[in-house]
Amino acid sequence: MRKLIKWFKHQQILTISAPIVLLIAWEFFSRMEILDPRFFPPPTLILQTLIDMGAGGELFHHIGVSLLRIFCGFLLGVIPAICIGLFMGMYKWFKTFFSPIIMIFMPIPTLAMLPIILILFGIGEFSKMVTIAISVFFPVAINTAAGVANIDPIYTDVAKNFQASSKDFFLKIALPGSLPVMLEGIQMGQAIALLTIVAAEMIGANSGIGYVIWMNYKAFLLPEMYVGLLLISFFGYFFSLLLRGLERKLLPWK
Amino acid sequence: MFKIQIRQLEKQFVKQHQYVDVLENISIDIKKGEFVCLLGPSGCGKTTLLRILAGLEKPSLGDISIQHENKQNPLQSMVFQESGVIPWMTVEENVSFGLKMRHMPTDYIHEQTNHYLEKVGLRRFRKLYPKELSGGMKQRVSIARAFANNPEILLMDEPFAALDEQNKFILQEELLSIWQETEKTVLFITHSIDEALLLSDRILLMSAQPGKIIEDLPIQMQRPRSIEQVRASEDMTNTFLNIWEHLHREVKHARSANH
Ligand SMILES: Nc1ncnc2c1ncn2[C@@H]1O[C@H](COP(=O)(O)OP(=O)(O)O)[C@@H](O)[C@H]1O
Ligand SMILES: [Mg+2]
Repeated sequence: MRKLIKWFKHQQILTISAPIVLLIAWEFFSRMEILDPRFFPPPTLILQTLIDMGAGGELFHHIGVSLLRIFCGFLLGVIPAICIGLFMGMYKWFKTFFSPIIMIFMPIPTLAMLPIILILFGIGEFSKMVTIAISVFFPVAINTAAGVANIDPIYTDVAKNFQASSKDFFLKIALPGSLPVMLEGIQMGQAIALLTIVAAEMIGANSGIGYVIWMNYKAFLLPEMYVGLLLISFFGYFFSLLLRGLERKLLPWK
Repeated sequence: MFKIQIRQLEKQFVKQHQYVDVLENISIDIKKGEFVCLLGPSGCGKTTLLRILAGLEKPSLGDISIQHENKQNPLQSMVFQESGVIPWMTVEENVSFGLKMRHMPTDYIHEQTNHYLEKVGLRRFRKLYPKELSGGMKQRVSIARAFANNPEILLMDEPFAALDEQNKFILQEELLSIWQETEKTVLFITHSIDEALLLSDRILLMSAQPGKIIEDLPIQMQRPRSIEQVRASEDMTNTFLNIWEHLHREVKHARSANH
């Protein structure tokens, strides 16, 4: 047990040591001007810029805008994806019917569809949410379908033998049984949503974290640009922690 | 009138574009309250026969009928070969599963669930998930779930095959005690002769593929029986040898047919 704790601590130290070494090296080389500080400003300067930008208040506006887009777009994609995924997993005919649509659209990067999305939904907030929704839809739908298909047939037999109705089968067997794989898909979807929103904001927006990165790059304000990158990294980490926690809550039986 | 009647049952499966006879001309009558063991080499079609009775497979030919006396009760419940305990439900939720699916009154569900949790000694573990249980405990859940559902007949597919000897003895005794209390009709599959001798009123011996009933042996030893008594009894030893010879011949026959 003691040994285990020791090993665990060791593990934790190992985990955080790589990023710290990287940061220290970056700081050092940048200060020594071995790395060009115009392109690679030292991390301490970036942190200072973050604090200054935060004090200005505008940064929070951009963060809020991005988060709202991600949140709404995410729900807009995940909910139909789960429904369609469950149907595909449960009914073979539906899978046969719907798979080609997924096959056709999945390989197209959502960003390449941005012009069409803009034509269809205008340049407002909704088109950004749709962009995220589409990019989130595929991994979640595919994983949900796989999750249902991978439920051990013995549980289907058990449900049949104990006379479960279709509704009960759906709620007590298909949904909880597919949840672990479905959540993996949602985890993937979350990462993709973040990638998509930043890229979309760089192309056609006048607010959001992606916009902050792009505008500051164009104005050659590189520390400010790095602040944008830092925020994305932070939110990516934060969201996956959030989902991990949700997973633990939803899957006490795993 | 028999509780279970099987008449000239045949079952074929399609395997690699060929018909394979799995069950051939099976006719069985089982009386109400009887504990019948179906004993045969593995692959002879025991599970298939049970699944047909459970309504999970359709017979190719022939009839089965199970007398449905009390319409409040379900016709049959099955204890599956591999633990069919549902991993995302707690012990308690698993045991009450059948009752909930049939939308029984809450009081009745509580009463039945508590009773059988007590019977199999899992009351303390009611809130645990199956991953936290040992193999023996999982099979207890499976048995409690089937009995709590209060079916007209019980179908058990080698429920103890994966357990170690000690656990097996304990669970066999628990099963017998529950069975004697409820007086249910049980069709129990096993490939262990000892288990069949300990548990049954009657042993049906099956041949290797295609499965046929080749012997119908009544076991008259009085109950309650213990393993020691079964081992000590001369009658039982003779029956054991008789069955063993039959099975031995079947397995050898199947081998030579395959090569
Ligand atoms: N769904 C199925 N499709 C094709 N063959 C099957 C199927 N189920 C069982 N079989 C075959 O039927 C035979 C009997 O199987 P089973 O009833 O499981 O035997 P046992 O339970 O006695 O070991 C085996 O040869 C098996 O391969
Ligand atoms: Mg079997």
